[in-house]
Amino acid sequence: MTSLAFERTPLADAELVRLYSQMTQVRHLDTSAIAWQRQGIVPGYAPMRGQEAAQVGAVAALDMSRDFLFPTYREMGAALAAGVDMGEYMATHKATWNGGMYDARATRVTPIQTVIGGSALHAVGWGHGQRLDALAADADAPLDLPVALVFLGDGATSQGDVHEAMNFAGVFETPTVFFVQNNGWAISVPTERQVSGGSVAARGAGYGIAAVRVDGNDIEEVVQATRAAVAHARSGAGPVVVEAMTYRRGPHSTSDDPGRYRSLEEERNDGGPDPLDVARERLLSRGAFSTADVADVQSAAEALEERVRADVQAQGPRPGAEMFEYVYQEMPVSLREQAAAWREESDHV
Amino acid sequence: MSNAVAAPPAHAPESGAARTGRTSLSMNQAINAALHDALAADPRAVVLGEDVGVLGGVFRVTDGLQAEFGADRVFDTPLAESGILGMSVGLAMAGYHPIPEVQFDGFVYPAINQLVTQIARMNFRTRGALPMPITLRMPSFGGIQSPELHSESLEWLFAHVAGLKVVSPSSPHQAYHLLRHAASRPDPVVYMEPKSRYWQKGEVDFDEPGNLEGVDVAREGRHLTLVAWGAMVTRCLQAAEAAAEDGLDVEVLDLRWLSPIDADGLAASIAKTRRAVVVHEAPKTAGLGAEVAQLITERCFGTLKAPVERVTGFDVPFPSGSLENEYIPNIDRILYGIQRVLEYRRG
Repeated sequence: MTSLAFERTPLADAELVRLYSQMTQVRHLDTSAIAWQRQGIVPGYAPMRGQEAAQVGAVAALDMSRDFLFPTYREMGAALAAGVDMGEYMATHKATWNGGMYDARATRVTPIQTVIGGSALHAVGWGHGQRLDALAADADAPLDLPVALVFLGDGATSQGDVHEAMNFAGVFETPTVFFVQNNGWAISVPTERQVSGGSVAARGAGYGIAAVRVDGNDIEEVVQATRAAVAHARSGAGPVVVEAMTYRRGPHSTSDDPGRYRSLEEERNDGGPDPLDVARERLLSRGAFSTADVADVQSAAEALEERVRADVQAQGPRPGAEMFEYVYQEMPVSLREQAAAWREESDHV
Repeated sequence: MSNAVAAPPAHAPESGAARTGRTSLSMNQAINAALHDALAADPRAVVLGEDVGVLGGVFRVTDGLQAEFGADRVFDTPLAESGILGMSVGLAMAGYHPIPEVQFDGFVYPAINQLVTQIARMNFRTRGALPMPITLRMPSFGGIQSPELHSESLEWLFAHVAGLKVVSPSSPHQAYHLLRHAASRPDPVVYMEPKSRYWQKGEVDFDEPGNLEGVDVAREGRHLTLVAWGAMVTRCLQAAEAAAEDGLDVEVLDLRWLSPIDADGLAASIAKTRRAVVVHEAPKTAGLGAEVAQLITERCFGTLKAPVERVTGFDVPFPSGSLENEYIPNIDRILYGIQRVLEYRRG
């Protein structure tokens, strides 16, 4: 295996402060989203508590003015870090619109992906497109490619599409970062019953692509490793697997009952250090942060949560006509007729 | 195996020059010409698939394209259909117009996930922000005695998936123009090539594409309409010739677009003949013939002289080559279908 080397030097204080703030916002929003589900504000939600460092850290390594992000349904932290409007993000969980209401082209974040593994191939194809663009523009210039970062879970790597994606990426040397959050669980099945061999990063060797395993609870390590991965891909050296070892501290979704497959004691013991604690302690010990700063960050997160909740609560059903409007770029006559019939036969005139 | 026999590639014009006039081409040459011209006309068009490059495809449909447009525009992929279609999704997101090939219809099954959950839905899920201008080419249907899963008739499946459009040409002229048309549209199109007709020659008129959206009347008639698509159009034309010997004037309607179906064009033909037989290679149950019959019923019930008949494959897996002629509608079975309609008596 080409093991990807990366600097373990600390991040600048200001950057760590910024990332800690994002993590805090995500933690608060994520915790609140579960409460919203209990309160009937949203029908369902897939919590990501414990994965804040992995998600915020991965996106911090990207240049969102030219890179592209391919999330699944458990990437609220990544979406927030990428600048997606959180009300528009929550639209999927609110059941307002499948995939979210944010503009996937403008935000450079693909719609929330339900089919795990499906988007790994999209990231490869998009990356290949960047490579073709660069070669068409100047075949002799050193490559400086936009990079696709695709989020996968350990469960997703059981999907055949992820194998095909890694194989294609290796063959075409696409600028793709496969960012695997190994959070220990695929719904009720632990990693050892999900990932044969126990390591996703180790699979990189089989595809001839670089790989690295990092502590997904340590945001500095995540950022530095992902930066190295992005730089590798950007230079045209090919894809990278980053496996961030973390822990899904909550249930798979608000419909899940983790008590059926693990105990609270296991959750406490297996989760490792809380990524927020790690970052906060580091800032405090460096003297870059005071307890007052911690409180300020928390207040800002609470203010954001209030805004997002109001947005989500205000979301009513979309106009029914949109159901017909967005199926095609060019709506067929037959569908136009169905839309007309719907309009006539319903109250939505 | 006959499918390995290559026809010579169509004569390609100078890159960028538009074709004019009329030429006789086989269907695989016409498709080759369409791919060539699509690549020449659209710098964002790319052809990808298994063996499409140096080899030029197992049917030589992509012959010469890599030599002319380079390995960046026409490229071989690893042997993985989901990979081909999933990669096409990403290329489309990057602003390309992928024209992927799945080497045989039965090999699309491993890629159905990408086709149904991704390609068909991406425009919808992104509210139009990430359209999928993908033209999926696929040698389709039976009739060449090929091994298992090399002969399937999957139009029923594709046509039922919201977000996809489906078209099948029946002649070299249509093959050229429908592919050019499909490849220039912003929505995903499944383009089903009747592989048993690859070597069928016909005149392609480059100046007059004709109507590219709806049905096409392949043969005018007064007494009854045979509705077919793809390879079955030729067979229906042969059946119509046979029926003519008995004094029957049979119209053959080439549906062409299997999604969306041109219901008005369909109804116009049936309104004239007042009798219809739908012919397809796919199994009968829940096949597209049922949809066509229902569209006819909705629009022509009052004027129909008999219920719409179906002559189809059977509800069995597409059989091996030795039984293919028993399975695929042949002229006799089509004539029986015609007879059933003509002899129908009310009550």
